Amino acid sequence: MNFYQLPFPITIVFVPLLVCFLIPVFGWWKRTVCYPMVVTAVSISFISSLGIATRVLQQGPVQYFMGGWQPPWGIEFYIDHLNAVMAVLVTFISLLVVIFSKKSVEKELPEKELPFYCLFLLLFTGLIGIVVTGDMFNLYVFLEIASLSTYALIATGEGRAAYSAFKYVILGTVGACFYLLGVGYLYMATGSLNMADLAGILPSLYGSKVVITAFIFIMVGVAIKMALFPLHIWLPDAYTYAPSAVSSFVAPLMTKVGAYVFIRILFKVFKPEFFMGVLHATDIMLWFGIFAILFGGIMALSQTDFKKMLCYIIVAEIGYIIGGIGVANPTAVKGAIFHILNDAVMATCLFMVAGMIMYKTKGHGISDFKAAFVKMPYTTVIFIAGALAVIGVPPTCGFFSKWYLLLGGIEAGQWAFVAALLICTLITIALFFKVIDQGLYIHAFKDASEQMETHQEIRSDDAPLMMLIPGFIIAAAIFLIGIFNQPILRGIIEFAVPKGLGG
Amino acid sequence: MLEFLFGKLNYITYIFLMMVGFYAMMAKRNLVKKLIGLNIFQWSIILYFICIGAKRGGTIPIVEGGHGATHVIHALQYVNPLPHVLMLTAIVVGVGTTGVSLAILLMIYKKYKTLEEDEILGRMK
Amino acid sequence: MVERDESVVIRTISRILAPYIQLFALYVIMHGHISPGGGFQGGVILGAVFILLAISFGMEEVRERLAERILTTFTSLGVFIYAFIGFLCFILGASFLDYSILPFADPRSMGMLGIEIGVGITVMSVMVSIFYDLSTFE
Repeated sequence: MNFYQLPFPITIVFVPLLVCFLIPVFGWWKRTVCYPMVVTAVSISFISSLGIATRVLQQGPVQYFMGGWQPPWGIEFYIDHLNAVMAVLVTFISLLVVIFSKKSVEKELPEKELPFYCLFLLLFTGLIGIVVTGDMFNLYVFLEIASLSTYALIATGEGRAAYSAFKYVILGTVGACFYLLGVGYLYMATGSLNMADLAGILPSLYGSKVVITAFIFIMVGVAIKMALFPLHIWLPDAYTYAPSAVSSFVAPLMTKVGAYVFIRILFKVFKPEFFMGVLHATDIMLWFGIFAILFGGIMALSQTDFKKMLCYIIVAEIGYIIGGIGVANPTAVKGAIFHILNDAVMATCLFMVAGMIMYKTKGHGISDFKAAFVKMPYTTVIFIAGALAVIGVPPTCGFFSKWYLLLGGIEAGQWAFVAALLICTLITIALFFKVIDQGLYIHAFKDASEQMETHQEIRSDDAPLMMLIPGFIIAAAIFLIGIFNQPILRGIIEFAVPKGLGG
Repeated sequence: MLEFLFGKLNYITYIFLMMVGFYAMMAKRNLVKKLIGLNIFQWSIILYFICIGAKRGGTIPIVEGGHGATHVIHALQYVNPLPHVLMLTAIVVGVGTTGVSLAILLMIYKKYKTLEEDEILGRMK
Repeated sequence: MVERDESVVIRTISRILAPYIQLFALYVIMHGHISPGGGFQGGVILGAVFILLAISFGMEEVRERLAERILTTFTSLGVFIYAFIGFLCFILGASFLDYSILPFADPRSMGMLGIEIGVGITVMSVMVSIFYDLSTFE
C-alpha cells in the first residue's frame, strides 16, 4: 500500500482504544510491559496525525467512510485544515504528557498505574475521536467517552477531588444532554446527521424556529463543556484537586477541543450568515468573552493556590477565544484559532511545572515555590517560558495570537474587547511576578543563608529527567511556534477561516 | 387550548419530565437524589427522541422476505428506525454515567461518612 | 456484602430459572436484526442472571465461580471480537467495518451477528463487574 492508502483515520482512533483493552490483560501477566505499550499506542497516533496532516496539505480534505456507506447514510471521518492542526496538537501534547506522567503517577497514585493508563487511553481516544469525526451524533458519543474518563480520572485525586468530580459529573452530563437535544431537533428539521450534508440543507431553513432552538441548545451544551463564563463553575475545583498527570492532560485539551467543536458547528454547519444575520449571536459571544476575561483575571489575582490560579487563567483564555469569534472579522478569527493552538501548549507547560513542584514538595500552593530558583533551576526556566507566553512577550507564541486578536478588535471597533485584553495582560503580569517573586528573590536567599548556618547545603534537587524532558520540549515548542508563526498561519490556519465573514 | 394540549402531548410530557429531573438536581440536598434527577433528565430526552420516529399506521422497519424481497418498498409505511438506534447508544451512555457516578458517590461516602451536601461542605473545611 | 438468602424457595427458583434466562438472553442477542433486541439488551439480561444468583446465593459463591480476572478478560475479549471483524473487513480490501466483503452467504447479517456477540459479552461482564465493585463496601 502506498502512502495514500494507509488508513490513518482508522489507526489514529482505534489503536489507542484497542491497546486500552489490552492493558488489563497484559498487566496481570507482566506489569512492566504496560507503560511501553501506552507510549507505543500514543506514538502511532501521533505518526498517523502527521500523515493525515501531510495528506490534507497536499491533497485537500481527507474523508473516510465507515462501513463503506456514503455520507448522508453512513458515518464518515472528515479531516480538513482545522481538524488536522487540532489532531497534531492533541496527539503531540498527549505524547509529552505520557512521558511526563510516569514518575508523577508512581508518586501520587501508587499501585493504581494499570487503571490509570487504561482510563488515560480511553480519554485520549475520546478526544481524538471528537477532533476527527464528521458526524454530529458520533461527536456526542466520543464526547461522552472523553467526559466519563475525565470524571473517573479526576476522582482519583486527593482531598476534595471526589466531591469536585461529582459536581463535574452533574454539570457535564447536563451539557452533553443539551447537545444531544439540539442534534435531535436538527435531525427532526432536516433528516440528516452529517455535518457537510447539514451545511447544504440548512441555509433554506434559517428562519425556522426549530433550527434556532437547535442552535441555542447545541451552543449552550458545548459552552458547558468548554467552561465559558458563567458555565465554568466546575473547572477550578475539578482541575485543582486532580492528580498532576491528569490535570496536565485534561486542562489544556478538554476545553480547547470544546472550543474546536464550537468553531466547527458555528462556521461549518451553521454558516456565518446565520449567526450574524438571523440571530445576531456575535454580540452575545463578544460580551461573554469580555466578562470571562475580566472575571478570570480578577479571580486569579485572589488565589493562593497555584493550580487554582492557572484554572482561572484558563477561563480567561477561553474568553479570548470566544471574544475573538464574537468580533467576527477574519483577523480576529485567525487569532482565535491560533490562540487555541497556543493556549493548549502554554497550559500544558504551566501544569507540568505544577506537577514537578508537587513531585518535590507535595503541595501546589504559591508558597511551595519558595527558593525554587535555587532548588529546582530547570523547572523555573520552564515556568518562566510558560509565564512569558501567557503574558504575551515576543517571540513566544502568546504574543502573536494576542496581536491578531487585538488587531481584529481594533479593526472592528470593539474597544471593550481591546480594553479587556490589555487589562488581562496587566493582571497576568502581576500574577506571574507574584510567583517568580517567591521563587527568585531575596527572602528566598535569606532562607538559604539561614539553612546554611545550620550546616545544611542547598543542593539543586530538581525533578527527575523523565519529567524535565517533556517540559523542555514544550518550552521549545512555545518559542518555535512563535518564531514560525507566519508559515503556520499562512499555510494552515488561513484555510480554516470561513469565507463570508466580512471585512 | 385543549387541542394544543392533546395534539402536542409528547412534547409536554418530555418537557415536564425534564423539569422534574432538573428540579431534583438543583433543590435536593442528598447526592443520590441529585443523581436520580440527572437520570430522569437524560431519560426524558431519550423518550423524546423515540417519539419523533413514531408514525400513525406505520409498521415495523423489517423487510419481509429478506433480501430477495419481490414487493415494492415504500419508505412512508415504515416507522423510522434511526432514532431508536441512536437512543440505544444514548441509553448505554446513561448507564455508564450512572455507574461512574455511583462509584464516585462510594468514594465520597468513604471519606465523609455522609451523603448530604450541607454536611459534606461542613466537614470539608 | 450481599448475604446468602435464607429462603429455600428463592434459592431453588433462581437456580432452576438461571439457564432459561441465559438461553433467552442468547436468543435476544442473535435475533437483534429482526426483532427488538441486539447486543446491549442481551448482554444486560445475561448480566442480570449473574446478579440474580449473587442476590440469592451470596457474593462469595458467585465470586468463586466468576472471578474478577475472568470478567476483565471477557470485557477485552468482546471488544477484540468487534475490532477483529472490523479489521478483517479492512484487510480483505473494503473499508473498516464494511461487511459486504466477508465470504459468507449473507455477509451483512453474519457480520452484524459477530459484532453483536462481541458487544453482548462485553456488556455482560461490565454489568457484573459494576455490581461486584458497588457491593463490596464495608
